[in-house]
Amino acid sequence: MNIAVAVDDEVRYEARMSASEAGPAAKRIVVGYGFWVFLLSDIVMFAAIFAAYAVLTHATAGGPSGMQLFNQRSVAIETGCLLASSYTCGLMSLAIGSRRYAVTYLAAVITFVLGAAFLVLEVREFAGMIAIGAGPQRSAFLSAFFTLVGCHGLHVTAGLVWLAVMMAQVAIKGFRATVERRLLCFSLFWHALDIVWVWLFTVVYLMGVLS
Amino acid sequence: MTDTHYDRAPGDVSALPDVEQGTTSGVLVYTIGLALAVVLTAMSFWVANTSLLWPPGISLGLTVLAIAQMGIHLVFFLHVTTGPDNTNNVMALAFGVLIVTLVVVGSLLIMADLNDNMMPAAELMNLQMQH
Repeated sequence: MNIAVAVDDEVRYEARMSASEAGPAAKRIVVGYGFWVFLLSDIVMFAAIFAAYAVLTHATAGGPSGMQLFNQRSVAIETGCLLASSYTCGLMSLAIGSRRYAVTYLAAVITFVLGAAFLVLEVREFAGMIAIGAGPQRSAFLSAFFTLVGCHGLHVTAGLVWLAVMMAQVAIKGFRATVERRLLCFSLFWHALDIVWVWLFTVVYLMGVLS
Repeated sequence: MTDTHYDRAPGDVSALPDVEQGTTSGVLVYTIGLALAVVLTAMSFWVANTSLLWPPGISLGLTVLAIAQMGIHLVFFLHVTTGPDNTNNVMALAFGVLIVTLVVVGSLLIMADLNDNMMPAAELMNLQMQH
């Protein structure tokens, strides 16, 4: 990046005034900012659920604790799926920038499949827990667990639906400015979900199995 | 990356024409981010499972690793930079971090304090938490 930029960097700097002299910001930047504020409010909501979970971690009511329930291997695979899908989502936004349909669709499909694999693993984990009587009604700890992890899972589901809708829009409308801005918002959303997951697997799954 | 003068928003590609942007360098940025994130994740899992480290320090270490990884995601995936058009986003992010810290740390402090003050014996405290 640096080498490519350095060549005509000075020309560009003269051509573009400082932010205040350049006039109103481009619509893409304004849209990105608005969506960024939404994402932060979403993260504040997650913070409240995290706080509830952290307070209730030991309130197991004699039921199973995290140490008995959590399977680190499946959590590691889920983490890998989300990280890889975040990467392919980044590659997709690059392909959109250079107007390459085939690469965009390919990256979108891989992102979708990885996100769906994450969801399948999570649902299987939930089903296994409910099958052994560790459902959300068992204890305050499990209620908080299902709320927190389930809320993240719902966000991933919404992201998958959004991605499918966006690919339909790309197929029908092509790379219009509006479609491009929606795709920008989608990639922001998807990366932010990954940040929430980093927080989640550390607090819930890794700290949960410490003695 | 840090000394570029043009404007970018989080997750945004360069506002400049694609020819100047160079997709290969974009791929490089995402790849570096992915590599760092994978290394930090692997370290988190190792730290949680190893018996080599001093046990009381493990949760602190995990917290540090998680915050580092969130920073990696913000910089390499969401492209939060110090550019002029990013000032608003960084300010909003700082405010968000403030609220998140207040909510999480405040809840934990108050609930721990309540538990300390409510019941004298540890057993009773557990009983109370079981409802």
